[in-house]
Amino acid sequence: MQTTASINRSLRATRRRESISGYLFMAPALVFFLGFVVFPMFMCLFNSAFRYTLSEFTFVGLDNYVRLFQDVKFGKSLVNTLMIVLVSVPFTCLFSLWVASAIYQMRQLYTSFFRCVFYLPVVTGSVAVTVVWKWMFNPYYGLLNYVFTALGLISKNLNWLGSADTALGCIITILLTTSVGQPIVLYVAALSNVDHSLVEAAQVDGATSLQTFWRIKWPQVMPTTLYILIITTINSFQCFALIDLLTSGGPQDSTLTIMYYIYHNAVKLNNFGYGCAMGIILAAIIALFSAAQFRLAKSGS
Amino acid sequence: MDHSVHKITVYRIVSIALLIVLALLMLFPLYWIITGSVKGAKEINARVPSFFPVSPTTANYAKLFSKPAWTWLLNTVFICGMTMLLACLCGAMGGYALAKKQFAGRGLIFTMFVCAMALPKQVIMIPLLKEMAWLNLHNTLWAVIFPTVGWPFGVFLMKQFSENIPNEMLEAARIDGAGEARTFIDIVFPMIKPGVGALAIFTFITAWNDYFLQLIMLNAQRKLTISLGIAKMQGEASTDFGLIMAGATLASVPIIAVFLAFQKYFTRGITMGAVKG
Repeated sequence: MQTTASINRSLRATRRRESISGYLFMAPALVFFLGFVVFPMFMCLFNSAFRYTLSEFTFVGLDNYVRLFQDVKFGKSLVNTLMIVLVSVPFTCLFSLWVASAIYQMRQLYTSFFRCVFYLPVVTGSVAVTVVWKWMFNPYYGLLNYVFTALGLISKNLNWLGSADTALGCIITILLTTSVGQPIVLYVAALSNVDHSLVEAAQVDGATSLQTFWRIKWPQVMPTTLYILIITTINSFQCFALIDLLTSGGPQDSTLTIMYYIYHNAVKLNNFGYGCAMGIILAAIIALFSAAQFRLAKSGS
Repeated sequence: MDHSVHKITVYRIVSIALLIVLALLMLFPLYWIITGSVKGAKEINARVPSFFPVSPTTANYAKLFSKPAWTWLLNTVFICGMTMLLACLCGAMGGYALAKKQFAGRGLIFTMFVCAMALPKQVIMIPLLKEMAWLNLHNTLWAVIFPTVGWPFGVFLMKQFSENIPNEMLEAARIDGAGEARTFIDIVFPMIKPGVGALAIFTFITAWNDYFLQLIMLNAQRKLTISLGIAKMQGEASTDFGLIMAGATLASVPIIAVFLAFQKYFTRGITMGAVKG
């Protein structure tokens, strides 16, 4: 009896020590995480129930949310954000899968070269990339108008970023050049890990390369695809610098996204409570998207 | 059989040609930044653009450095260096705890980390701004550093690396009487070092290019980063493309050099993060 009790006690002591050391190792990360992510998140939820401006802080319950659903600009920003995500995510995934399958069996040097080149716009940085595109899109001195006119594609200079018909397209184009880099790196790694004996067996059985791709490689890179879908969605939601530096949401709100609208409310209009409510809705939308993609990929594999 | 082999070769040639064209298009903006930075005003504003700088000049750089560009660059390096150090420390320790330690709330912490990774910073920007004002950190470089360190990607990445440490090694160290700190420094750290390297370079590059936090947190002229500096110049003189390209060169060439030098670790870093999704 006594021995069991003492063993139990020492086991508990070990466990307690283990717990304490666990918390201590966790502490630095937790301090920053709780202080600068979780706490602001809670404050965001809290503030969203107030009419909160420079001069006012009154409890209004769900008023901010009600107001949101009547706000035409918010509706427009939601549509634009979804547009960006729905165009860029599938395109980025398919394009990077294509590039990765085209390069992953090349000689090491060539694979590295192409991988590097497609990753370069990410490293160059959003601001540097954005300002050079702004120059290229310039209606008077821009390269694009010159080249497209020379090729006979357009008859007169277009005001790419200044027209509501083309601005969002321009933003998406630039976004695409900066989003394919990471998926390509991931797909190259995933494709190189595909079990080669299965591929060979299929080839012996007379499968075409398209069949081997869809039947053997595609299911095996499915986890990577899921991860890429999620990070690309997050990236597309967050294309902030492009919009801030190129169009500031204009012309006629044609490039206004939720993220930019939050920023606009926070910094330019000082509508803090309203901006927080928008943030909560955005977080909910992203959670839904991630969950949906998770389901989709799970059922697909 | 012959027919299909033939078709594959044609497909291969077409796809390689397409790849090369696309690669050139991807490289072009960078080329345009660098060549643009040495073009004079006449060349910049010419109706017919010159694909090679005809009469290279350093005038744009002279103008750039008449502004506090060195300070901006230094601020950027400080932000990136500090973020990198803190993120690696937090990531290595936290990742080890999540992978190898048993404690109440571990599952909850991990779930919160995973959920937070998808959260855009715009969601929490208003409370974060207020918080930095309370802490008297607004308009200091720390206001950019701390929230970036709080982002849980590092812990998540390092957890994957720590999981590969055999439990027997940790057990053996304990039996030999090594304390927790000793075990971490002598056993754990050497095993996760490649991961820490990957995280370091990844954090450095991400912090360098993170425009949003810098924009909302910093506004004094001497506190700007290089990205903000260019953005500001662009706001003030939106058609002085030569000057703006000189700024863009200064913002991108150093970080590209860092990337090329540590490319191997970097690639491993982004690949590792995906292993377990």
